[in-house]
Amino acid sequence: MAALRVLVGVKRVIDYAVKVRVAAGGGGVQTQGVKHSLNPFCEIALEEAVRLRERGAAAEVIAASVGTRLCQDTLRTALALGADRGVLVEVGEGAAPGPREAAAALAALVGRLQPGLVLLGKQAIDDDCNQTGQLLAAMLDWPQGTFASRVELEEGAVRVEREVDGGLETLRLRLPAVLTADLRLNEPRYATLPNIMKAKKKPLEVVGASELGAAILSPPRLRVLKMAEPPGRQGGERVQDVPTLLQRLRSKGRV
Amino acid sequence: MALRRVLGPGVALGRRSCCSKRPLPPDFVEALRAVVGGPNVSTAMAVREQHGHDESMHTCAPPDAVVWPQAVGQVQELAALCYRCRVPMVPFGTGTGLEGGVNAVQGGVCFDLSRMDAIAELSLEDFSVAVEPGVTRKALNSHLRGTGLWFPVDPGADASLCGMAATGASGTNAVRYGTMRPNVLNLRVVLPDGRLLHTAGPGRQARKRAAGYDLTSLFVGSEGTLGFLTQATLRLHPLPEAAAVTTATFPSVRAAVACTVQVLQAAVPVARIEFLDEVMAGACGRFSGLELPAAATLLLELHGSRHGLAEQQQQTEEIVRLNGGSGLAWAEEPEERGRLWAMRHSAWYAALALRPGCQGYSTDVCVPISRLPDVVVETKRDLQDSGLTGPMVGHVGDGNFHCLLVFDAQDPAEAGRVHAFTQRLGRRALAAGGTCTGEHGVGLGKRALLLEELGQEGLDTLRRIKAALDPHNLMNPGKVL
Repeated sequence: MAALRVLVGVKRVIDYAVKVRVAAGGGGVQTQGVKHSLNPFCEIALEEAVRLRERGAAAEVIAASVGTRLCQDTLRTALALGADRGVLVEVGEGAAPGPREAAAALAALVGRLQPGLVLLGKQAIDDDCNQTGQLLAAMLDWPQGTFASRVELEEGAVRVEREVDGGLETLRLRLPAVLTADLRLNEPRYATLPNIMKAKKKPLEVVGASELGAAILSPPRLRVLKMAEPPGRQGGERVQDVPTLLQRLRSKGRV
Repeated sequence: MALRRVLGPGVALGRRSCCSKRPLPPDFVEALRAVVGGPNVSTAMAVREQHGHDESMHTCAPPDAVVWPQAVGQVQELAALCYRCRVPMVPFGTGTGLEGGVNAVQGGVCFDLSRMDAIAELSLEDFSVAVEPGVTRKALNSHLRGTGLWFPVDPGADASLCGMAATGASGTNAVRYGTMRPNVLNLRVVLPDGRLLHTAGPGRQARKRAAGYDLTSLFVGSEGTLGFLTQATLRLHPLPEAAAVTTATFPSVRAAVACTVQVLQAAVPVARIEFLDEVMAGACGRFSGLELPAAATLLLELHGSRHGLAEQQQQTEEIVRLNGGSGLAWAEEPEERGRLWAMRHSAWYAALALRPGCQGYSTDVCVPISRLPDVVVETKRDLQDSGLTGPMVGHVGDGNFHCLLVFDAQDPAEAGRVHAFTQRLGRRALAAGGTCTGEHGVGLGKRALLLEELGQEGLDTLRRIKAALDPHNLMNPGKVL
């Protein structure tokens, strides 16, 4: 168990506090000059991995991301939060990788790095897809424990408590396995200045998507046709009595 | 209701009585609309009432109109307009004050500054950032996540940082990181006549300066009576590498307070040291579902590097044991630490839950540490003699403690006992060389005590400064002076 290597997927997303705006043309959202940060669920996954290493249950934590060069900042944050090294699978500018592309890239990395456990956030806060972990487990043919709210390592296996609609479900999965982190798994630490300094010296590797194989490069199967903000709120109308209310509702076709 | 009615208008010092109000001049609201746009002006009663009170029990005093400026230029134009027409102006941040600071006792226009919420000039190397009034302390710390820095001043509410500067706020971390005053480097102030003032000069955030009178310190704690704080440049601090929290139970209030004094004298750089008396400890434990014995309790937090922390923990344990303390159990994970502090931060609600249906009033005296044990013990005896429900909680590391008085506002006898008690407590603190308000401000209710604290010379000097900056007494009239 002491030789366990943990791979943690981290995604760079628009910061949760930002007021997101649709980009001109309706093809997506404005991202230029907008504050980005580490996806909160990925932070929880990373925190769990780092705690496993601090307890001695894991030997190494590798943070991985799939995207453009800008993701290096996200990986540096992950290093400051305790990851030992970072890997970026670089894709070109253009359509951002969706869950299928991200899972394919991570599957290729798994082949290269041979981790015994993969931890991801349950979903990203920009697309809310909740698919990457599941797709990755299917591609690798590994067991999966999604919506994890408690993780305990055992000899050659992992016990996962999952938050499901009916309550809590506990599974025992043989390693290697894929887990996705839910909100109540832990409370992530803050990066401190000394750790941010140390993170600058930790290794961060950039790998081109083409190096990892053809699966990642196949064109995305989903295309965003249109994105628009919901219609603005119209002013209300005051009426004097119930008959007038009914008359207005009828004239608007509501009754 | 309650305390204010009991106090009556006669207690207020000030050139105008609290109750004189002039109606707005004709076409004035139209002129406001011309500056900020129709949707950003409201004269609806519900909106005005929302803006006429804070979290204290001072009677709601709605303004005549509420405006939402979107930029400092608009604040200037609106102020100039109000100044020309001699209309009172009341700044409003989050409305979470505890002394009636936003109650528009003379009507006028409430400037709700919450839509100005830019975070600018963040410098990770200089440890400084500039925030507008719409930014709250939790929003700033959330924004700083990942930088390794934080802003430590943490009053109970998630208050506007500029509002915190206006009231000279403080929190549980003040014993190590200071109150607002040392952590504000510059203020962008709109004066009552609409002129713009940068208290340390435009665009400057020197960590120390000796250039002229300290205007920044003048406006910190001015409670909206000298101008609008439309941007504050704040000093940030590095996050501690490690932190540990524990509770400790003591056989008596004196033992707990003595332990605090000794921890400070041993120069342990304690980050937070909070006191709860047995009533408060019981109430908090019950409210938050934690097993806390109903006894005099200290809640301490230590910050440091991993090695330094272990040393601090050892020193603290020795001093606690020396004073008959027990029950030390260090919590280091963020979840457990968060739970303990959430329990402390909900003290106000825990106190109110002791007597559902009653009102609450918090006292706020601060005395020199050496006098703290005596003052606390005397106050406790006074509480018991007066037959009042008043759990005590406090930042004992600063000599500051609060009695959260819970009483039936409809019962004039009890309200009278509460009023008498708070006056005695204020004077007890003054007699011990302390202040009648450590962090909440003077607002509406403590003006009489301010005279006793500063003396006539002091108060006259304040009045002269106020007259120089606001000759027509338009900025938040009826407060502080």
